[in-house]
Amino acid sequence: MSYVEESYDVVVIGAGHAGCEAALASARMGLNTICFTVSMDSVALMPCNPNIGGSSKGHLVRELDALGGQMGINIDHTFIQSKMLNASKGPAVHSLRAQADKAAYSLSMRKTMQETDNLTLRQAEVTELIIEDKKIKGVKTLSGATYHCRAVVICTGTYLKARCLYGDVIEHCGPNGLKAANFLTNSLLANDVEMNRFKTGTPARIDGRTIDYSKMEVQLGDTPVIPFSFSTKREDVQIEQVPCYLTYTNEKTHEIIRANLDRSPMYSGVIEGVGPRYCPSIEDKVVRFADKSRHQLFVEPEGLNTHEMYIGGMSSSMPEDVQYAMYHTVPGLENAKIVRNAYAIEYDCINATQLKASLEFKDIDGLFAAGQFNGSSGYEEAAAQGIVAGINAALKLLDKEPMILDRSNSYIGVLIDDLVTKETKEPYRMMTSRAEYRLLLRQDNADLRLSKIGYEVGLLSKERYDHVVEKERLINDEVARLKEINIGARKEVQELLESYGSIPLSNGIKLVDLIRRPELDYDKLAPIDPDRPELSDEVREEVNIYIKYEGYLTRQEKQVKQFKKLESKVIPQNINYDDVSSLRVEARQKLTKLRPANIGQASRISGVSPADISVLLVYLETYKYD
Amino acid sequence: MYQTDTICAIATSMNSAGIGIIRVSGEESIKIVDSIFRGKNKIADCDSHTIQYGHIYDGDELIDEVLIMIMKAPRSYTTEDTIEIDCHGGILILKKVLSLLVKAGARIAEPGEFTKRAFLNGRIDLSEAESIMDLISSNSELAMKNSIKQLSGSLNKIIVDLRDKILYETAYIESALDDPEHYDLTGYPDELSNKVNSMIESIDDLIDSFNSGHILKEGINTLILGKPNAGKSSLLNTLSRRERAIVTDIPGTTRDTLEEQITINGVALNIIDTAGIRETDDIVEKIGVDKAIDSINDADLILFVVDSSRPLDENDEFIINKIMDKKVIILLNKSDLVSQINEEDICKKYNKPVVSFSSVNLDGLKTLEDKITDMFFSGYVKSDSTLYITNSRQASCLLNAKISLTNVLSSIDNMMPEDFFSIDLMDAYNHLGEITGETIDDDLANKIFSEFCMGK
Repeated sequence: MSYVEESYDVVVIGAGHAGCEAALASARMGLNTICFTVSMDSVALMPCNPNIGGSSKGHLVRELDALGGQMGINIDHTFIQSKMLNASKGPAVHSLRAQADKAAYSLSMRKTMQETDNLTLRQAEVTELIIEDKKIKGVKTLSGATYHCRAVVICTGTYLKARCLYGDVIEHCGPNGLKAANFLTNSLLANDVEMNRFKTGTPARIDGRTIDYSKMEVQLGDTPVIPFSFSTKREDVQIEQVPCYLTYTNEKTHEIIRANLDRSPMYSGVIEGVGPRYCPSIEDKVVRFADKSRHQLFVEPEGLNTHEMYIGGMSSSMPEDVQYAMYHTVPGLENAKIVRNAYAIEYDCINATQLKASLEFKDIDGLFAAGQFNGSSGYEEAAAQGIVAGINAALKLLDKEPMILDRSNSYIGVLIDDLVTKETKEPYRMMTSRAEYRLLLRQDNADLRLSKIGYEVGLLSKERYDHVVEKERLINDEVARLKEINIGARKEVQELLESYGSIPLSNGIKLVDLIRRPELDYDKLAPIDPDRPELSDEVREEVNIYIKYEGYLTRQEKQVKQFKKLESKVIPQNINYDDVSSLRVEARQKLTKLRPANIGQASRISGVSPADISVLLVYLETYKYD
Repeated sequence: MYQTDTICAIATSMNSAGIGIIRVSGEESIKIVDSIFRGKNKIADCDSHTIQYGHIYDGDELIDEVLIMIMKAPRSYTTEDTIEIDCHGGILILKKVLSLLVKAGARIAEPGEFTKRAFLNGRIDLSEAESIMDLISSNSELAMKNSIKQLSGSLNKIIVDLRDKILYETAYIESALDDPEHYDLTGYPDELSNKVNSMIESIDDLIDSFNSGHILKEGINTLILGKPNAGKSSLLNTLSRRERAIVTDIPGTTRDTLEEQITINGVALNIIDTAGIRETDDIVEKIGVDKAIDSINDADLILFVVDSSRPLDENDEFIINKIMDKKVIILLNKSDLVSQINEEDICKKYNKPVVSFSSVNLDGLKTLEDKITDMFFSGYVKSDSTLYITNSRQASCLLNAKISLTNVLSSIDNMMPEDFFSIDLMDAYNHLGEITGETIDDDLANKIFSEFCMGK
């Protein structure tokens, strides 16, 4: 027998949101890359909700874009509705969310993948990792073919030993009835990788022609639309948008669910995987929040070329007949026809504390991992890890230092640090409250924060980087100019203030102090600031935020300075914690297991106390001289 | 613990009533001390290694007359800017100055922190590393043990409740930010303002209690031991009846120990009365006896009460054997009755001071009180200073929590967006957590998921 044998620099396993970003990053950085998918029709598939972005996830997409990723550009081309969430709240929690045309999104990404130099997209199931002396050498596929390589990025999402469940039906397949990947887990276990089993779920899709929208509230997109990508021109995204709808469950829905709980595999004990608490099934909601008489449901189009509507808020693993009964109790869905059933899905993933912050396995040289395989959930979380793993696989082969994003420069840094430091017990979702320096990590300034890094690793174009450098200069100049300006109690000033319900001046005042008044902002004060240069929307927004929230921003910058000091104290990887006798036993065990890269990471491990950290600091000081 | 912010602590032992030194170290130490010190010159303008005379003020209120020693970086023990404040007004004043420093931005030092900084800044020989690590870990453990031990059940409950309320409000705000189409914050700032005001009130009450010593059990832990009917309770009653300066009456953790705080000649004592010690088969009584024996370890001073109208028996012997290595005053009680015990014999036999005493006619009371204060001022008996430090750390945590909550109020007044509130709320939450020794972990995420129905 003879088998196919090929060689690449980098192999990416999986072409979901993580796999696509990893493969694109690696190929664009000049590495010969092959990306495997179980089906060419499932590239960048959105098997659950039809959105990109949302609270804190929108931040991830912006950051990904600033590094040179594809998700932001791809959704700008294929969205059908867009909204800025939390627009009435502080700038740190503004979040962009777009409804995608799912099929268009997937096709557009596939096309980009296929048209990227150095990138081969191939339909095949990877069944085995070839690892010699704790070093990755290649992979094997189901057909027996061997692909030699120097780095592998695993992005298997929810496909590893996947099974889908509703009622007593169990299908051994991945999402949307796609083929599961049943062999790779064993190869991982054989290489001492610690596996977990997680669970998630999705609601039914309903034929829009059987929905009575008159019983629901219409939800429209924003105008003007703000694009995700910093490279997309605003005029290019002002499209005609499609509406979404809002409706509610009621007591009748809940009664049906309660009466049939014993038929849900979640409650009968068939499902072993751990599900996310932030995205509960409707069964969970009814049981855990029994005092709520109704739950919101969002009815959202799946795309322009299908009549399917996604029923957000009503994921379930109830049997088919119960699904019909419960959906039919919802106003507007009385005569609904289900196109696809709701189901729960279980899959294998890893305990991500086995990874470094570069997303490379601590114990297997050249093996990287990203996405739901790492215990996260969500398209955006997956893509964000994908780009980091792809960049770092490429950097490794280029003999360069890995790119480590940290908690002070990005949500991506927070996401990865949480995954590799805390032992995640359920699928991990990003939230703005997880970012302790979130006032600094805004979606509006992701380009200012990360473009330099994206450019230096060789992913972001010089043109885009130069644009950011210029933007930063304009912001700084304008802030400096504003700080010098005093405003007298002139008649036109008083009139302007009164028109915004702002207290008139009794004396002269600095212009920046006026901008800080809650009822005023930078733009509103333009008439009394005649020397103001003409600046873009983006620059004006940054100037306004910087002036208005300067006190808070300075406070967080100070905290970041402290944080950086700890992050810069590196812990040698050959340290033997048993030699540090003053460490408490629990701390010693945790540190030995997790092998943190620096003191900062060590301090975030649960079970390691401040006193342990002090002991460690003192020990490291002596270590330096050994 | 591993930060490079400015720290302060009382550098001298706490037992003598007169002079005490407070040490401040860190980048901002000069600025911080300058903000409470008035002298001929600003400290910032003075040369290193000079001593300045002046006064410490709390606003316009004069607190103490002090000498300030300035050691600028790197010529100090820690190699950071270091200021030592030589105070003259006694323990309460030291405590007051320390709290002013905390208010001005310093933080109470963790156990061993000055030494740790000196070491990390290359000031100390590497061979000392091992002992420094041991010092840090053992002191931290002790401090935490003390901290928890000192929190009476009710105080602990107040703090736990406060934290829970703060976490709930933060989780509410955060769930609305995460799921804006689901939770609405209209009108919420006013509601929050009321809630935060009442939280600040509770914290103020706690701070007041700390300041007036109602909760603090500072002072010399004085244990009254003896066999049943030796006259322990009457001794306690005598001491506390005579002395009107009873500060508090804290019921013990069990019904058979009782604590009172009194001062004698200006020295604070925590007097702990115990169950009579004897061999017993009665289970309930045995619990009391075991408790009494356990508390010997924590005692700074033991008043061993002997019934002088009866000869010493095996119960007396049992007790004396347990306390031979402690500071003890032997009290020959019931001196109004015919004595069966020779004072000199006892004194010789056990090599401990002996005082003859009667709680009926108060004979020997003055002698006893003088003996106790002598022992204290001579340094023979010391109060546990870690206890004191733990207390001031707790008080400073309360103060910081209050500052954070006040920031929330001013954010509300300034009509800041709601997401700004949760930043200060979480700060307050964490400051309070330092008191009870809680770790943060994923409390907020857990609270959001458990209290609020999230997700589409």
